Amino acid sequence: MEYTPRQIASQVRRDIVRMVTGAASGHPGGSLSSTDIMTWLYFKEMDINPKTWQRDGSHQDMFFLSAGHITPVFYSVLARRGFFPVAELDTFRRFGSRLQGHPCIEKGLPGIHQAAGSLGQGLSTALGAALGKKLTGDSHRVFVLVGDGESEEGQIWEAAIVAAHQKADNLVAITDWNRQQIDGSTEDVAGLGDLEAKWKSFGWEVITADGHDFDSIAEAFAAAREAGGKGRPVMILFHTEMGHGVDFMAGTHKWHGKNPSPEQCEAALAQLEETLGDY
Amino acid sequence: MKEYINSGSQDTRSGFGAGLAILGRTNPRVVALTADLKGSLKMDEFAAEHPDRFFEVGIAEANMIGMAAGMALTGSIPFAGTFANFATARVYDQIRQAVCYSHTNVKIAASHAGITLGEDGATHQTLEDVGMMRMLPGMTVLVPCDYNQTVAATLAAAAYEGPVYLRFGRPKVPNFTPADEPFIIGKAQQLAEGGDVTILANGHLVWEAIQAAKALEAEGISVDLYNIHTVKPLDEKAILASVARTGCVVVAEEHLVAGGLGEAVAGLLAERHPAPMRIVAIRDQFGQSGTPAQLMQAYGLDAAHIAAAARELYGRK
Repeated sequence: MEYTPRQIASQVRRDIVRMVTGAASGHPGGSLSSTDIMTWLYFKEMDINPKTWQRDGSHQDMFFLSAGHITPVFYSVLARRGFFPVAELDTFRRFGSRLQGHPCIEKGLPGIHQAAGSLGQGLSTALGAALGKKLTGDSHRVFVLVGDGESEEGQIWEAAIVAAHQKADNLVAITDWNRQQIDGSTEDVAGLGDLEAKWKSFGWEVITADGHDFDSIAEAFAAAREAGGKGRPVMILFHTEMGHGVDFMAGTHKWHGKNPSPEQCEAALAQLEETLGDY
Repeated sequence: MKEYINSGSQDTRSGFGAGLAILGRTNPRVVALTADLKGSLKMDEFAAEHPDRFFEVGIAEANMIGMAAGMALTGSIPFAGTFANFATARVYDQIRQAVCYSHTNVKIAASHAGITLGEDGATHQTLEDVGMMRMLPGMTVLVPCDYNQTVAATLAAAAYEGPVYLRFGRPKVPNFTPADEPFIIGKAQQLAEGGDVTILANGHLVWEAIQAAKALEAEGISVDLYNIHTVKPLDEKAILASVARTGCVVVAEEHLVAGGLGEAVAGLLAERHPAPMRIVAIRDQFGQSGTPAQLMQAYGLDAAHIAAAARELYGRK
């Protein structure tokens, strides 16, 4: 049977909570805030095929995770989409696992194009890949997800300038605008301010949407598709909530990089319907 | 020993530019990026002939390394060029994560390396780059000695699959290696055969080492002289065999002692064949403004200092 994005996302959230509980470490907050976006990307938006996927991304869309710490959501959607066995999610952060704390390519996990973890670098690499696709005549697109806190890194804005200058109109960047980072709210920590105005002023096509409403997500990606090929890179700013879907994790920075206790895990799972079956 | 003749001094960065131009015509996968230093890196010819494969990214080196990684993993062979300090220290974490840890086929073209950058002074005179690059797992580190060898090293870097750090310089220096000599990554190049003292050098110090070997030979000290153009992977076999014959070694390089070729050789010998050793390099300090010739002399990076170190080792035998 075909599952709805909402059903898939519920299972992905269960995976996230169970993975960080099992590993006794990891990053649930940003994983949960980007779950709906990532689910839509992998199950509805991107032209990808796990069976023919290659690291060079040829003849498929490519996805780069720049905010490398949200591996729980990344690994879950990859497994649920068929890139590797769902059972392997149980090895998250364990010694010898292909599911390293942050994405790496040394372990050969299918679906990973590039290592990430040191923040601010993914947009540059995605831009290089987008220009690389143009060089080889591949009309597929390149997607990249950056965190809002991560956008305090200067390299993000270096890439923003060059992407507009190079007219990288096959590049779609996504910001998980959850307004939280390790030390507190983004406004308290470094005052990110009006990201919409910032990206517009850098020459990007900017779309804003609700990152937890699948109708809004669908419209945003449709608008991004429409804006493609017109000389400007696209940024979709998704308003999201840190820890979304688990009441005691929602709306706070405190679950950025903290694992729940077994009891907290149970309390979280009670709020999330099991749909595709737990690993 | 064999006579080495300067066919006309040229800068090694022009060797890189010439090599890149050859690659542009022969390998459609080669692309080039620069952070506002196209002219300084001698990339003009490539840029003019292949505007579609040349990317001026502005003064933003971190993004340049990331872009190069993205281009590499979609099948291009990118050469990312800037001054050696900005190609290493400024972007160390980007090279670490996006290039080495990610195993992307990026070539870092680092010009104006060392003290011979000259008048701009210490902010631009990196003396730590080789050390930083050789620490990174999977990085190949090349330090060619003259124009012809830099052309050949550029071609070899493109043919090699994996991250490469290619170091070259600004001033015009003697060009003495044959134009048709292939560059073999990881293979020490023997320049003189002798039994008394081993001298290892790379980059601009190779010509100085040749002059030192000539002077020593005139004094009756025969030198086993090698150009170690590949700092990593080090040609351990050639170095161990030479030191086994001579029993002592001088290493000369335009770099700090910390992290350079000298320490690489010292580490090898300490483990496998301890031997008396002298390192002709700069000790724990920054450079300053001056002409390349003034600075080489002031910081002891010349034939006289190499010969003096060799004499001292020979005298201890």
